[in-house]
Amino acid sequence: MRFTKDHEWISVDGDIATVGITAYAADQLGDVVFVETPDVGKTVKKGDSLAVVESVKAASDVYAPVSGEVVESNSDLSGSPETVNAAPEAGGWFAKVKLSDASEVDALMDRAAYEAFLGTL
Amino acid sequence: MSEADLKKTPLYDAHVAAGARMVPFAGYSMPVQHKDGVLKEHLWTREHAGLFDVSHMGQARLRGVAPLAAFEEITPGDYIGLKPGKQRYSMLLNKTGGIIDDLMAARPDDDGLFVVVNGACKDGDYAHMESEIGGQVKIERLEDRALLALQGPEAAAVLAAHAPSVAQMVFMDATVIEMFGVSAIVSRSGYTGEDGYEISLPAADAARIWNTLLEDERVRPIGLGARDSLRLEAGLPLYGHDLDETTSPVEGGLNFALSKKRREAGDFPGAARIQKELAEGPSRIRVGLKVEGAPAREGAEIADADGRVVGVITSGGFSPTLGYPIALGFVPPALAEVGAKLNVIVRGRTQAAQIVPTPFVPNRYVRKI
Repeated sequence: MRFTKDHEWISVDGDIATVGITAYAADQLGDVVFVETPDVGKTVKKGDSLAVVESVKAASDVYAPVSGEVVESNSDLSGSPETVNAAPEAGGWFAKVKLSDASEVDALMDRAAYEAFLGTL
Repeated sequence: MSEADLKKTPLYDAHVAAGARMVPFAGYSMPVQHKDGVLKEHLWTREHAGLFDVSHMGQARLRGVAPLAAFEEITPGDYIGLKPGKQRYSMLLNKTGGIIDDLMAARPDDDGLFVVVNGACKDGDYAHMESEIGGQVKIERLEDRALLALQGPEAAAVLAAHAPSVAQMVFMDATVIEMFGVSAIVSRSGYTGEDGYEISLPAADAARIWNTLLEDERVRPIGLGARDSLRLEAGLPLYGHDLDETTSPVEGGLNFALSKKRREAGDFPGAARIQKELAEGPSRIRVGLKVEGAPAREGAEIADADGRVVGVITSGGFSPTLGYPIALGFVPPALAEVGAKLNVIVRGRTQAAQIVPTPFVPNRYVRKI
């Protein structure tokens, strides 16, 4: 797993990256009540809004940690958005993106670096 | 504004010690949520009793030769007819009938009026009062008092254990009661739609009383996040969002706060506009909407069936009680019929919405004992 400073994670299998938000981000958001996942086929550039998570209070963008094409969207979240809080780094994933530039992954933090980053917040 | 510039309520240390998440709000560092989180805090208040720190709000005494008559010069409320022991909702109006702030004013005793105004507006409110009626009344800001709200179906039983007489109060009663060893100004009112009380206390005693109330297992501390979702379900407008200096009481759906006597007399700021809107209808009116899909939040556009933008959402979010998104917004009266089908535009997407009656969740004010 790799991490961004915006608290997204990706898990890469071949050229497919699964994207979600970290437990820290899910805790900061509070109870997630709605998730908007991207349409399959959508092309995103690194830093684009990939999904939107809404708590009771506010809507927050989830940014694409890498560029590519959305090949799968987690439709389970429409009926059970609370999964983002319960299992942010497992069932609460948002989308799978086919990487267009695998080198982008290398620029992301590993878990030790991300945890060190959390310590500075 | 940096964190160091933020003001603190007398309960700041208690919030931080209890692990609340603090955010800047109305110039104060305030708890947006306590440990339970917004959703659980919201539902707890609807089922039990929630305790809120609302000490950021402005509290003042208006004293003078005829404070009630003076107050009528700047509001459309019937305050000369306000009996001792009662409180009334009203608003400060500008000369064009726009709302400067909404407020509660009470006669808890014989000591003029006790006024509670919004925290973000209080400095402007006092300056306005000073310039308009300062020659007739003395405005004494009660900076040394805290304000708590205890809200929910178990609030009355909780508070009556400390002060039995509160059980005999009805909605919008206001009185001075000795409780917790201090002189408290208590009203049976609040901003959640639930039965409950607002309690003004000496600041020095606030933390002790806050902790005493929390010792009751029916009571949990509730942050501003749940306060906002509760008041939205109650269909109550929030100043700075649903109401502002361009909004009239008629547009805001606040006709109940315009007494018959004052409407006829037309002796309040902006009366010409307000009387015209009462007679002919306003050009826009506040409505409640049930929203399909993503929550439609403040600023989202409202469109008709043909895609024409006809209004805007001023408050919106997910209703924890109902389990779907709700919103308040303004539309032309012709589109404001309950059941009318409209659309809202959220992040560029068109979603179905329907006009529904407010409150979204029935209120449970105790009007008779």
